[in-house]
Amino acid sequence: MSDREPILKARNLVKRYGRVTAIDHADFDLYPGEILAVIGDNGAGKSSLIKAVSGAVVPDSGEIWLEGKKVTFYNPIEAREAGIETVYQTLAMSPALSIADNMFMGREIRREGFLGKYLRMLDKKKMEDFARQKLSDLGLMTIQNINQAVETLSGGQRQGVAVARAAAFGSKVIILDEPTAALGVKESRRVLELIMDVKSRGIPIILISHNMPHVFEVADRIHVHRLGKRLTVVDPKKCTMSDAVAYMTGAKDPDPSQQAA
Amino acid sequence: MSDADNYEASTRGGKSDAQAEFEYEEKGLLGRIHSILHHSPALVPLIVLVLAVIVFGLLNANFWRVATLSLIFQQIGIVGILGIAQSLVILTAGIDLSVGAMAVLSSVIMGQFTFRYGIPPSAAIVIGLAAGTAMGALNGVLVAKLRIPPFITTLGTWQIFLAANYIYSANETIRSQELDAEAPVLKFWGSTFEVFDARVTYGVVLLLVLVAIMAYILRHTAWGRHVYAVGDDEEAAQLSGVNRSRQLIQVYALAGFFCAIAGWVMIGRFGSVSPSASTGQLGNIQAITAVVIGGISLFGGRGTIVGMFLGALIVGAFEMGLRLAGADAQWTYLLIGVLIIAAVAVDQWIRKASA
Repeated sequence: MSDREPILKARNLVKRYGRVTAIDHADFDLYPGEILAVIGDNGAGKSSLIKAVSGAVVPDSGEIWLEGKKVTFYNPIEAREAGIETVYQTLAMSPALSIADNMFMGREIRREGFLGKYLRMLDKKKMEDFARQKLSDLGLMTIQNINQAVETLSGGQRQGVAVARAAAFGSKVIILDEPTAALGVKESRRVLELIMDVKSRGIPIILISHNMPHVFEVADRIHVHRLGKRLTVVDPKKCTMSDAVAYMTGAKDPDPSQQAA
Repeated sequence: MSDADNYEASTRGGKSDAQAEFEYEEKGLLGRIHSILHHSPALVPLIVLVLAVIVFGLLNANFWRVATLSLIFQQIGIVGILGIAQSLVILTAGIDLSVGAMAVLSSVIMGQFTFRYGIPPSAAIVIGLAAGTAMGALNGVLVAKLRIPPFITTLGTWQIFLAANYIYSANETIRSQELDAEAPVLKFWGSTFEVFDARVTYGVVLLLVLVAIMAYILRHTAWGRHVYAVGDDEEAAQLSGVNRSRQLIQVYALAGFFCAIAGWVMIGRFGSVSPSASTGQLGNIQAITAVVIGGISLFGGRGTIVGMFLGALIVGAFEMGLRLAGADAQWTYLLIGVLIIAAVAVDQWIRKASA
């Protein structure tokens, strides 16, 4: 893969909070069409790294390129406008609002003509149709009620809607933060299938997870983060789960033969 | 790796394993009522209102006369407009204790600018409306930027606005005759027209129009959906691209604007500009009562303006109905107290995602 140009690339990122260095000259590469898992012990700084590329944290120094162009994000909205969608662990959905409302929160579509322009009327039908389309694209829709409140959905369904929202708008990169952490075995399974489904559409995914079986099942490459920087990137086909955990915790030094190409 | 993920294999495959299906579940009668109310919480006050109108009409047939009903509308005119302001704020999971004070101070500004400085009344009205908006915006900045809890912010500004109102006006009332002679436009909303041998004030028409406009904005515009989103889950709204601070400041400022309109309507209703109008002390409680009885959740994100309007009508119907039935006025307060508690209890039940 090294002959290809990364779609998202970061070099020498640094972020300090007082005397704590959360990101210590970290590098990061995501290639087109792949699922890159990011693993690391608690406190290794993987969420700071992800926040830096998703715009939630502004790094003190270092550079980020999206499709070869240098970018600087000051907030998640800017990253989102550039095509990087993040599914937060909390999902960032309003429970009392409908599926359609949530999918279009912050990017609503207005009606054409006078109603939309002067009365600012939303085009609910268009948004509902779009939401329904996107959910059924991902096999998430078996009933019609797109106006159901999100709080009436199960954890897996909510995750599904959040992923569908990201897939619908994330034109370039989707970041999934612990998508299976709060789910049962069966629902996790469905979400993993959903991730593969999104991948098959050609959208690259960054998957942050603590769940090694899930990581090894879906990832093409595994970025091991340790002490604020990238320790190594391993190929899940050449490396065992226990080795990965050993690298992550510092019990073992990386073996070059297991590195991802 | 081989063993570690085998525990999941048992759940793979099979027809039942379609991704995260949206299942339809069978519900009992209570469950069905719950899900209907969950979807349209304004039904509760509507049912209560219809029952109240039927019962009070049976107690005293005069209740059903058009004149009586029109009087009820007139009496809720001011509370209704303050209720719109209060609804907006409560939908964002806030509360505004200063609505009555903003209304009184705005009305005093309209009156004093006309009579003390000789400014044309219509310009004084514009200044009064702007002043109300500015007062609301001040609340908004304190809540959104300094992150002072809305209850504390508006507890403070309530006292500040009310005191400023007495100091500025020197506790001086502008009388009806003076208004009629020099600035009848200040009393405009108190003037009436005839419908079915009943007199209706323009203030009532204004209330209906404002309710309709706000119901539209909350339901059919992105701004309105963002009000709900901020109240429902502030963090989520922010991450989804809603500018929380800007939204909150706009909501409080708009609430202040509505309070100033209520202040203008007060001049017509009371026939004078009085800094000691009871609205300054009681307006906030009356507005919160209408909002709560109208099914708007104090936890934010749930409820409608139409519900608040029905809540205000319920209070009006109880006051009028009990008076016509010859009951002691204290019964009204007692029953409204019961209604408030019942409304919140019902809200707690409705808010549960499933029964």
